[in-house]
Amino acid sequence: MTAVVIITLLALAFGLLLAWAAGRFRVEGNPVAEKLNQLLPQTQCGQCGYPGCAPYAEALARGEAPVNLCNPGGTATMEAIADLLGVPPLEVEEEPDGPLVAVIREAECIGCTKCIQACPVDAILGSAKHMHTVIESECTGCKLCVEPCPVDCIDMVELPPTRASWIWPKPALPVEQPPEKEKRVA
Amino acid sequence: MSEFFLILVSTVLVNNFVLVKFLGLCPFMGVSAKEESAFGMVLATSFVLTLSSVASYLVWRWLLLPFGLEYLRTLSFILVIAVVVQFTEMVMRKASPLLYQTLGIFLPLITTNCIVLGVALLNSQQSHGLMESALYGFGASLGFGLVLVLFAGIRARLQAADVPETFQGAPIALITAGFMALAFMGFTGLVRG
Repeated sequence: MTAVVIITLLALAFGLLLAWAAGRFRVEGNPVAEKLNQLLPQTQCGQCGYPGCAPYAEALARGEAPVNLCNPGGTATMEAIADLLGVPPLEVEEEPDGPLVAVIREAECIGCTKCIQACPVDAILGSAKHMHTVIESECTGCKLCVEPCPVDCIDMVELPPTRASWIWPKPALPVEQPPEKEKRVA
Repeated sequence: MSEFFLILVSTVLVNNFVLVKFLGLCPFMGVSAKEESAFGMVLATSFVLTLSSVASYLVWRWLLLPFGLEYLRTLSFILVIAVVVQFTEMVMRKASPLLYQTLGIFLPLITTNCIVLGVALLNSQQSHGLMESALYGFGASLGFGLVLVLFAGIRARLQAADVPETFQGAPIALITAGFMALAFMGFTGLVRG
């Protein structure tokens, strides 16, 4: 009888403590999702399958999304996310030649402003019936501007590697075949 | 004073919980793949372990012993551990979101770490006092941390090593852990008593 009473009282006391703590130490929002959102490139391009960077960050924080979905962010962003969440990094399906940037062939641009409206990060400068150009440092290489251009004057070109994106090249060694064993002659 | 020092040396090296008593092997294998996560796990475990060994001592000394309920200790210690982990998680989330992010994923895992329950049970079995219990818990977590971080370092090297196909992955990790246990047997004669 004492045992039942003691354990019940103990559990009740602990339950009350936790209930009090839950109210006392309540945290608004999800700090992890916010941190993740800051890591993402804010292209809102939807290439990850989520409607924007913030929803993807929330899915990441809930542990529902793999870390390698952000294509514009590339390997650097994926590694930062994996590091923050403490999960092993995954391969990003990146462009084979590394990060890209959009370049407008300015002589062919007719100034239709369609690419300006498509750009999620406002990296394209220009006004109606005037030539447009891309601010290279703002461009995230999301390719959203390529499709709307009526004269197809936007090229995606490769960026020279920076210190964050450079990867040690694989050694170009010829694969050596092991020498065939000599047959023993009795 | 020297008695307290002996408890620390004993739990960290001679009677290491992971390699000599074989407790807490699941996090030892599970979290040692990356050095950083191993370090986070160590921080969280040492915090919870010290706190829960003190809390379970209090429950043991002032609740279970006076009422003659020694047979309820496993049940009540598990209750204490679960509550300590939950409480720690809540407080940490509020007080230091940065630390919470580092330890966040590992905190709930500690509830199932057998070292935590093992320390509480051994404390009551060997009738340790309050200070001894706290030191025993802290020493156990230090020993766990030492072994976990060392092992994570070794596993990082194993990834680059040319392991025969049969032994790749868990087998070579277990063999390595076995060698570490052998090496730790060398500490057996360290303390003469």
